[in-house]
Amino acid sequence: MSNSSQSPPKLVSKTVEIIFFVVWTTITILLSYWLGQASYSWMPPQATLEAEKVDGLFSFLVTLGSVIFLGVFGMIGHSVLVCRAKKGDFSEGHPVRSNTGLELLWTGIPILLVLWISVQGLHVYSLLDLKGLSTFAHTHTGTELAQARSGTGLLTAAAAAPENTIEVTAKQWAWSFHYLDQNITTDELHLLVNQPVHLVLKSADVLHGFYVPAFRIKQDIIPNRAIDFVFSPILEGEYRLQDSQFSGTFFPLMVAKVQVESAAAFQQWRSQLASQPHPPLITDLSAAERAHPSNLWGQRWSSQQAIQPANQPANQPATIKNATASSSKSS
Amino acid sequence: MTSPDLTPSDLTPSGLAPSAEPWQRYFSFSTDHKVIGIQYLITSFGFLLIGGLLAMLMRAELLTPALNVVSRELYDGLFTMHGTVMIFLWTIPTFVGLANYLVPLMIGARDMAFPKLNAIAFWILPAAGVLLLSSFFLPGGSAQSGWWSYPPLSTQIAASDGLLCGQINGQSVWIISMVLIGISSIMAAVNFVTTILWMRAPGMTLFKMPIFVWTMLSAQLMQLIFLPSLTGALILLLFDLNFGTHFFQPFEGGNPVLYEHLFWFYSHPAVYIWALPAWGVFSEVIPAFTRNPLFGYRSVAIATFTFVPITGVVWVHHMFASGTPGWMRTFFMFTTELVAVPTGIKVFAWTATIWRSRLHLDTPLLFAMGGVVMFVLAGITGVMLGVLPFDLHVNNTYFIVGHFHYIVFNTIVMAYFAGIYYWFPKLTGRMYSENWGRLHFGLVFIGANLNFFPMFPLGLQGMLRRVSSYDPQYADWNVLASLGAFFLGVSTLPFIVNIIVSWMQGTPAEDNPWYATGLEWQTTSPPPKENFEEIPVVTLLPYSYGDSRYSVQDTSSL
Repeated sequence: MSNSSQSPPKLVSKTVEIIFFVVWTTITILLSYWLGQASYSWMPPQATLEAEKVDGLFSFLVTLGSVIFLGVFGMIGHSVLVCRAKKGDFSEGHPVRSNTGLELLWTGIPILLVLWISVQGLHVYSLLDLKGLSTFAHTHTGTELAQARSGTGLLTAAAAAPENTIEVTAKQWAWSFHYLDQNITTDELHLLVNQPVHLVLKSADVLHGFYVPAFRIKQDIIPNRAIDFVFSPILEGEYRLQDSQFSGTFFPLMVAKVQVESAAAFQQWRSQLASQPHPPLITDLSAAERAHPSNLWGQRWSSQQAIQPANQPANQPATIKNATASSSKSS
Repeated sequence: MTSPDLTPSDLTPSGLAPSAEPWQRYFSFSTDHKVIGIQYLITSFGFLLIGGLLAMLMRAELLTPALNVVSRELYDGLFTMHGTVMIFLWTIPTFVGLANYLVPLMIGARDMAFPKLNAIAFWILPAAGVLLLSSFFLPGGSAQSGWWSYPPLSTQIAASDGLLCGQINGQSVWIISMVLIGISSIMAAVNFVTTILWMRAPGMTLFKMPIFVWTMLSAQLMQLIFLPSLTGALILLLFDLNFGTHFFQPFEGGNPVLYEHLFWFYSHPAVYIWALPAWGVFSEVIPAFTRNPLFGYRSVAIATFTFVPITGVVWVHHMFASGTPGWMRTFFMFTTELVAVPTGIKVFAWTATIWRSRLHLDTPLLFAMGGVVMFVLAGITGVMLGVLPFDLHVNNTYFIVGHFHYIVFNTIVMAYFAGIYYWFPKLTGRMYSENWGRLHFGLVFIGANLNFFPMFPLGLQGMLRRVSSYDPQYADWNVLASLGAFFLGVSTLPFIVNIIVSWMQGTPAEDNPWYATGLEWQTTSPPPKENFEEIPVVTLLPYSYGDSRYSVQDTSSL
């Protein structure tokens, strides 16, 4: 290639480059390590065994990602600081067009990195065992057939027992929980601490999603299918179940209380329920808002609102009661 | 290589006189690729402003946890239309417009292969856009089921929501507009692929094409391969919605998950249809303002093209939390992570090009480097999202929203601005104001990060997307994001002022003000109707910044 300009004078001395390299590498390593450790605090409480695994994986990803981000940022930042052209100097920076070794390196190393990341992901996924109940046959039509996993799951034999199965039904825009062993339906999900849980997720109308941020795991719920979902709560407390797949107008109001509690508290709640004369009613937070429409921009559209679940199965587990107005907003 | 067949009426006597034609031609059925390019750019910019206003309304609602600005129905309409407008009426058409102007110039052709088809493809777009936006005035309002329009939610329409017994409702208008835009996209894709493959100037072999041309070739091939899947799914959805079929109705033997597959089989590759041209702009701008050849040009070109097959096998990562069996989740985690490899090749190539270079920190380079840095963050969060167990936590949360806005705004829109400033002298024959350009960059960079960074912590904490009200624990980060959105809206003003004033009375530009390589800089600014007086013969490799024509000391500006 023809090149009339003399070989360009060096803009930076070798020493400056080496010092920069050493300093920035140190900063990158320390900062990446610190970000990886700090990442645990960016998450909600770890209320399940699964959450611990997912947070460990996230910390690993944050550390690795920080190294790459800071590396690229350092290279570009260094150039911006020291490699500025003089005004009117349009001569070539460096004539190097390619370097096969370097290009193979930055193709090969990322391949190994993403394989490493994927294997880590696969490992953690196998620990989650979200659908590990395939060996436990139950009678719902359309039940997922996940492959059996042997021994790796957090699931113990206890969860496989049918008396610990809870049927979760999502319906625009309320949750209901059917405890098979006692044949009761509630609008709160009470779970035993340190005991694996087996849920069967169902939808009566559209797509929904089961998501408790403190549990880390999420599963879409598909109408006319029953999906197994298994996890192990380890931290007592009150959590929020949210619909995680957009389900229409009152989607943000489709929440339910989740209580992880000790065996004693759980039994007390149960006996309280049993002593009530009527089965508990299902709370629908959207009912109050529909009864008292606010005067907001665009409310005209909802005067037409006549959405009825198009294809609703005949038998519904429980009646719907109106929520009090105080609890309807800002969820 | 011969010039394309032109009808005699296309060859007006004033053919070679630059900028002698009146502005009215931009409102005509012109078949000149440069006129069509500008038509695309201005139309889509109008849609950007509309989409941005919709976004600011949403951020106004999300400023506080409770519902207090718009009704829930309107909010759902806002995010549905924001997504649709930004994707199908802004991102895709604006780069089709930029490429319409540039690709024939860059490969040394006189026009696109099918000039009339080109004009038809463009004119469908404003019609479909107006049709889409008109659905806001239907009795039940616009479509409200998100830009995915997952059934059975999207087919839950009451008769009172629409006209003609509910047949013309927000959702059906949305589907028809989308199909029309799809037809326009296919027309453009056929045109680009044919033009790039058959109309290159003598000597312009595939491996002498600028990377921007490579990215357009790859992206438009993806349109041809993957778009039919979406169109088919949408037509079936319209049948379910209006004519009582049950393709996706779960209680009547249909399968809603099938729709998810058909939708994402196009809509994942679509992400690269938006992003590839943006990376193409980076690959043009960075060498020009660092005075270096693009490092590893050949591997960047190959990496660009590998996206075509790879994007065809990653779509299920959008459905990790759906009713997806374990083996499928695992398989698509591995394929998804592979995408990081060609992406990495590009990022490292740009970084190596910047390294030890002679930086000219003009506005295009500021936008390009800012875009690259934010793209690295977008890519890293993308790799995280591909890791199945982590995705199960943040799927459908604001973490995803943050991730893809770092792509669509902080990478793609940054590239758009870089490209507009870079080619402004070529398009208009005038220089833009450098100071206003830098001010614009500063405002956009701050606004974009303020707007979209808070979405990462919000998503990690579990705030879901598409909510019109939220728990008060998420309030603080939402205030920051909303302020960022308003800031970002205001930041567009200096750009608009700069473009309009400079176009009308900027300093006249030289043919090649940046001493850039590329055939588009070898003709006049703006180019004559026939682009080149004589079709150039290509001998140099692309980005030959060491060549005596480009490696110069310019004393005139001192």
